[in-house]
Amino acid sequence: MQSNAALEYDYTIAKLYTYTAILFGFVGMLIGTLIAAQLAFPDLNYLLGEYGTFSRLRPLHTNVVIYGFTVSGIFATFYYSAQRVLKVSMAESKFIMFVGKLQFFLYLIAATAMVITELMGYTQSKEYAQMEWPLDLLIVVIWVLWGVAMFALIGIRREKALYISMWYFIACFLGVAMLYLFNNMAVPTYFTSGGVGSIMHSVSMYSGTNDALVQWWWGHNAVAFVFTVPIVGMIYYFLPKESGQSVYSYKLSLLSFWGLMFVYLWAGSHHLLWSTVPDWMQTMGSIFSVVLILPSWGSAINMLLTMKGEWNQLTENPLIKFMVLASTFYMLSTLEGPIQAIKSVNAIAHFTDWIPGHVHDGVLGWVAFMIMAALFHMAPRMFKREIYSKKLIEAQFWLQTTAVVLYFTSMWIAGITQGMMWRAVDEYGNLMYSFIDTVTVLHPYYAIRALAGVLFVTGFVMFAYNMIKTMTSSRELSEEPQFKSPMA
Amino acid sequence: MFHWLEKNPFFFAVGVFLVIAFAGLVEILPNFAEASRPVAGLRPYTVLELAGKEVYKKDNCIACHSQLIRPFKAETDRYGQYSLSGEYAYDRPFLWGSKRTGPDLHRVGNYRTTDWHENHMWEPTSVVPGSIMPAYKHQFTNTADIATAYAEAVTVKNVFHVPYGDDIKAGEKAFDAYKPKILAEAKKVADQMKNKDVKDMVAAGKVPEVVALISYLNSLGRSRYEANKVK
Repeated sequence: MQSNAALEYDYTIAKLYTYTAILFGFVGMLIGTLIAAQLAFPDLNYLLGEYGTFSRLRPLHTNVVIYGFTVSGIFATFYYSAQRVLKVSMAESKFIMFVGKLQFFLYLIAATAMVITELMGYTQSKEYAQMEWPLDLLIVVIWVLWGVAMFALIGIRREKALYISMWYFIACFLGVAMLYLFNNMAVPTYFTSGGVGSIMHSVSMYSGTNDALVQWWWGHNAVAFVFTVPIVGMIYYFLPKESGQSVYSYKLSLLSFWGLMFVYLWAGSHHLLWSTVPDWMQTMGSIFSVVLILPSWGSAINMLLTMKGEWNQLTENPLIKFMVLASTFYMLSTLEGPIQAIKSVNAIAHFTDWIPGHVHDGVLGWVAFMIMAALFHMAPRMFKREIYSKKLIEAQFWLQTTAVVLYFTSMWIAGITQGMMWRAVDEYGNLMYSFIDTVTVLHPYYAIRALAGVLFVTGFVMFAYNMIKTMTSSRELSEEPQFKSPMA
Repeated sequence: MFHWLEKNPFFFAVGVFLVIAFAGLVEILPNFAEASRPVAGLRPYTVLELAGKEVYKKDNCIACHSQLIRPFKAETDRYGQYSLSGEYAYDRPFLWGSKRTGPDLHRVGNYRTTDWHENHMWEPTSVVPGSIMPAYKHQFTNTADIATAYAEAVTVKNVFHVPYGDDIKAGEKAFDAYKPKILAEAKKVADQMKNKDVKDMVAAGKVPEVVALISYLNSLGRSRYEANKVK
């Protein structure tokens, strides 16, 4: 890599998104912990009247952690790393700075409106696409602005070849744009009915089985293009930067990237196994889910082998710990997913707590770990101060790792227990359990999961405190660290 | 080729887009026309039921309840006939859900009554001891948005050709003319309920959320196949 000495990068936008990532991360995970606790202790449903029930808060949790925390993390790392891999500063173009600031401003409005409208109950009731049509339009504008900033930066770049992390950011931009547009196609009823009723309401362009297909084409691939693609892009940038190691294999990066692009989209129908979607689509979903192990593990192994010969860093640098464990959880999660996508396993797993269990070993162990490590790496470079406390990072790491393990193990047991009880029959072939038996049996696992939530949020508060202290009162640095992030 | 693509961002982006769009074209499009046809004898939701579906969406029942009975003996024994694609033809959006913290509801109208739902929504543990579902008491006092439900009926009739009668048409006046039918239907539900607030509201020409919701829940199942019930 070339020396960065000549260029002064501008981190204004990256900093803004760092603040929102911390804020929304805390809020989203706090709501998540509350709703986890509600399943174990139902009295907690009545803290906020009609606005505090599990059902009303659940989409708020998912949306705040996805569109608040994760997307902020994506934008923060993009506006930080894109300048550096393209060898061009945001400050060189007034236009790009303006687009970036406008995008952030609109993002803040959209995120606030999302929280308010969803609390009030305005929803399309499509998972991860709850926002009603006026917000959808605003999000399209925000997304287009991101694309403008991205391609404008690419347009004035000095480094001609795009680095691997840029491939993933471009794919994130295109993939989400396509999926979001098609899935949110809806007709606002106010205009077609001659001005009757609420202006917020719309009906989906698709009905029944078609709506389900489009929704899970989106639902699954939102996971792909928000929780996987840009996060892989992050680790390709931040792990080599923090460790000082070159990426293990360029060919493996190529295979993993193009493989992931081609295969991921097919797998969406594995959310609809045993449904009214035609069998051939269900089988395609299963098969491609299994094939998906290849590109997923390709990236993860490429990252782990990048550390070859330098494993001592794992004991010395907590940020390397976070990133290596993130890769490992990514491998676990991308093996578990295909297993659940096999039809016979899905017959037990679907509709049970094994599914949120699977989601969370991915989003906590992979996405959140990676984003927090990336923000930690960025902090000394953006704020020109060393990281406030290494001990605190170490403590946070073990606390949150414990939390993730408690979360997914309890949900594995809960899910398989419930799946087996639903189908259990006695010697005469009658169902053995009424539905409520399969609910009350889960109480201990729900309590463990709530505890896991408390531990993870506590870890996140430690992260936030460490970040804020780094920004404000840590020792100042005279020059930018080259690899390992300095920490006290 | 890949080295060249990495130096030419435009063609790189086009390449990525083609590769990711391909699956959607092959997998989703071919089935579109077929999957949207209703099964024989299926009627659309009434306006009151649509208002109930809005309550179902607003309080986000899909967080815990599915509407999809899979073709296994354990499921058909518990919930009834497995679900057919054509039964969802009038469902915009589909409300299959992805998690069963509570039981499936696709045929709940076949085996639960207005009276049961009233007790259950007021205090779930009164009819299901050990239930972890929250009470939804606010639905007994909140007013359901029948105007928006009516607007939805007009929209799906005009845009998607859902077979509603001639009395469902655009404009405030048409809505005012149609309103008594909605209220009459609401009264039938409220007559089977005990809650005094609910009865008072319906008498005053308003539809409480719980009445619309129960009307919707009762429609899930065989009642939507009875001929001519829509009017």
